Amino acid sequence: MTERIEVTADQDVVRVRQLVRTVAVGVNLSLVDQTKLVTAASELARNTLVYGGGGTVEIGQVQNGRRAGIRIVFTDRGPGIADVELALTDGYTTGGGLGLGLSGARRLVDEFDIDTAVGQGTSITVTKWCR
Amino acid sequence: MDRVPILKIGDVLLVSIQIDMEDHVALQLQEDLAERIVVTGCHGVVIDISALDIVDSFVGRTLATIASISRVLDAETVVVGMRPAVAITLVELGLSLPGIRTALNVELGMDLLVQERMLVPMNDGDDESHD
Repeated sequence: MTERIEVTADQDVVRVRQLVRTVAVGVNLSLVDQTKLVTAASELARNTLVYGGGGTVEIGQVQNGRRAGIRIVFTDRGPGIADVELALTDGYTTGGGLGLGLSGARRLVDEFDIDTAVGQGTSITVTKWCR
Repeated sequence: MDRVPILKIGDVLLVSIQIDMEDHVALQLQEDLAERIVVTGCHGVVIDISALDIVDSFVGRTLATIASISRVLDAETVVVGMRPAVAITLVELGLSLPGIRTALNVELGMDLLVQERMLVPMNDGDDESHD
């Protein structure tokens, strides 16, 4: 079951945080892992809004053998990321932020994939597994 | 619109963040606090984040900015009540909040500010109470 949220304003970022929390509690993620995942989702949903000009967030449960997890996909049709390596560097920003959103979010999840091309938008998929 | 209330207790402004803040609410708090510091002449700000289940880079940056603005306006800021899972996540995110004083709860935060103030040699001389 996948839930989908359109991200077009500040309050949608709050809705993403709340829904991720609900799903994380549902699969019995530990409190620290819930906190890490919700924080990562908050960073990435804000990026979708601020850099991608809005987009969608899909949140779903995944299963790998007996292991349960959560997978979240952030998709926008914004300008894309020209240099992914650079964008993933701590402190690098084009938007006046701290430059920790992307790089920090990657550290907070178990799996992190970026699919992006200039002019084509960006899709970021993150997964957190129960321990 | 949601707004975070600011209470004056003696020489201290107390803020307890009880809602999952949209970004503009955090920015509004930053402005409101600067205004209230100047109007009241308070020398301390205590920000209670015990109700926050996450602090992402945006809120972290806002807290750091509030602390800097307060300092310029002759007030010290103490952030209190951070949950353990939030502390773990913040550090992993890459945000260790340099320059921000912290205490475990409101009471200890208040004590810290009082002690600080007494350590400052330049006082009014007599025991004027802070209204």
